[in-house]
Amino acid sequence: MKGLKLKNLYIHIILTAVSLLSIFPFIWLISTSLKGPAENIFAYPPAIIPEDFTWANYIGVWHKVDFIGYFINSMIVAGGTVLLNLILSAMAGYPLARMEFKGKKIAFFSILATIMIPFQAIMLPVYLITLKLHLVDSVNNFAGFIGLIMPFAVSAFGIFLMRQAFLGIPREMEEAAIVDGCSVWQVFTKVLIPMVKPSLAVLAIFTFIGSWGEFLWPSIVLTKESMYTLPVGVNNLQGMFSSNWRFIAAGSILATIPIVIFFLAMQRYFISGENEGAVKG
Amino acid sequence: MFKYYGKYAPYLFLLPAGIVLLIFFFIPFFQTFILSFYDYSSSIYHPSFAGLENYIKLFQSPIFYKVLWNTFLYLFIAVPVLAIFPLFVAILINQKIRGITLYKILIYFPVIVSIVVAAIAFKWLYADQGILNYLVTACGFKAIGWLTDPNWALYSVIWVTIWKGIGYYMIIYLAALMSVPKELYEACDIDGADFLTKHLTVTIPHIMPTIALVTTISAISAMKVFAEIYVMTKGGPLNSSKTIVYYIYERAFENLDLGYASAMAVVLLVIVMIFSLINIFCFEKNKYQI
Repeated sequence: MKGLKLKNLYIHIILTAVSLLSIFPFIWLISTSLKGPAENIFAYPPAIIPEDFTWANYIGVWHKVDFIGYFINSMIVAGGTVLLNLILSAMAGYPLARMEFKGKKIAFFSILATIMIPFQAIMLPVYLITLKLHLVDSVNNFAGFIGLIMPFAVSAFGIFLMRQAFLGIPREMEEAAIVDGCSVWQVFTKVLIPMVKPSLAVLAIFTFIGSWGEFLWPSIVLTKESMYTLPVGVNNLQGMFSSNWRFIAAGSILATIPIVIFFLAMQRYFISGENEGAVKG
Repeated sequence: MFKYYGKYAPYLFLLPAGIVLLIFFFIPFFQTFILSFYDYSSSIYHPSFAGLENYIKLFQSPIFYKVLWNTFLYLFIAVPVLAIFPLFVAILINQKIRGITLYKILIYFPVIVSIVVAAIAFKWLYADQGILNYLVTACGFKAIGWLTDPNWALYSVIWVTIWKGIGYYMIIYLAALMSVPKELYEACDIDGADFLTKHLTVTIPHIMPTIALVTTISAISAMKVFAEIYVMTKGGPLNSSKTIVYYIYERAFENLDLGYASAMAVVLLVIVMIFSLINIFCFEKNKYQI
C-alpha cells in the first residue's frame, strides 16, 4: 500500500508539472496585464504577483479597441458556419447512409477526397473565386460575412460523422413513418434528425471551436477593421500598441474570455474521450 | 427494405453540400494546378502562360529548399514529440488518482485557446529581456535570442506547435487506453511487472494503431502551420523560420506572384495527399467504408 501511495505522489508531481507547463504562458500574460506603470515588466527576477496592481490596462485597451465588435463578428461567422455545417452535413450524410442510387460511389469517394486537400494548398483559387463572386467586405458587410463562412460551410469530416450517425438508426423507424404517410423530407426532419442530435451536438461544438479560432482565411480576405474577427483583432493589437506589452497582454486575455467560458461549459465534450472520432486532421 | 424515396431524392439531398464542395474545393483544386502554369509576376491582371517556368524557378531557388528543409525539420521534431509525450501523459491520467478532471482541463486548455493568443503569449515569454531569458541567465548562460537568432527561431516556433497539441493528442490516446483489456494489466501485476514493463509490453502494442494515427495527423497539421509563424517571426530572421504555407502566403499576398505561389501549393498538395492516403488506407479504413 505504501508503494502505491508513493507512485501516486510521483504521478501527481508529473501531472502538476505538465499542467503548469500548459497554462504558464497565460498566467504570465495575465500577470503582465495587471501591472501598472510604476512596475518594471522586465524586472529580474520577474514577479508573478503584480506589485503595482491595476485594472487600468484592461480599461485602456477596452476603450481603444472594439472588442464587442470583434466578438459580434466572430459570433456571426462561427454561428453561420455551424448552422450551415449542421444542415449540409446532415442532408448529405442521409442519402449516403440510407439510399441506393446511381453514382453513390462517385459521390462517396469525391467527398472522401476532399479530406486530402488542405485548405492552405488551394486558398489562392478560393480567394480568386470569392473575389469573383463579390463575397468580400469591400462590397458590403453581409457579402463579407458570407465570404468568410462559405469555404468552411461543409466538410467531409461532418458529412462522414452524420453518415455514421444515420447508419446507427434501426431501419424500422423509417418504415413505420412511411407507413404512417410521411414524405421523405418528413422522415428526414421529423424522424431521423431528432435521433442524431448527439452527433449534431458534437459537430456543432467542434465546428464552432474551429471557426472561432480561424486566422488564415479572415486575415486574407478582410480589408475593413470593422469586420475583424477576434483572432485578427488580437493579432492587430501588436501593430496598434507596438511595445506596450501591458495593453497587448490585457487585450489578448480579454479576447480569450468567451472561448474559456464556452470550453468550461462544454468541457465534457472535449475531454471525455468519447468523441475520439470527432477529431479534425 | 422497400424504396420509399423518389428517384431524385438522393441527388436533391446531396446538392447543397455538393455545390459548396464544387465551388470551394474541387474547382480551386484544379485551378491550383492551372495557376501554377501562369506567370502573374509581370501583371496580376493579365497573366501569361508560362509552362513549367514557375516550377523551374522554384526548384532553382535556394529559399525554396530552405523552406522545404524548415518544414521537414518541423515534422521531424514536432511529430515524434507529439506521438510520444501525450501518450505518456495519457497513461498517467489513466491511473486511478484524484483530480483527473482538473488535470485534463488544464492540459487541454492550450488546444481551445486561439493560436494567435498562444503565439502572443509565447512571444512575450521569448522576449529578449523576458522571463525565459531570466531563467537562462540565472543558470549562468548567455541570454538567447529565441525569436531573433536564426539558429533558434524555428525551434522556438516548433515548441509552440508542440505545446498547443499535447492536450489534443492526449485525449485521443486516453480514448484508446480505455479499450485495453484490464485483465492484461492484472496479469502483469500478478507477475510483478513494474510500471515501465507493464506499459511497454501491454499498452504500447495494444494502441499501436492509435500511435500511427497520431503520427499521421500530427504530420499533416505540421505541414500546415501558419499562424504561429505569422504572429511570432514572419518567417524571419533570414528565412530561418519560414515554412511552406507561410511562404505561399507571402509570395501570393505580399508579392502577388500567384503563379509561383501556386507551384509551391502543388508541392504542398502532393506531400499532404501522400500522408492522407497513408492515413485513410492504413489507419482509418473502417471509418470510411462505403
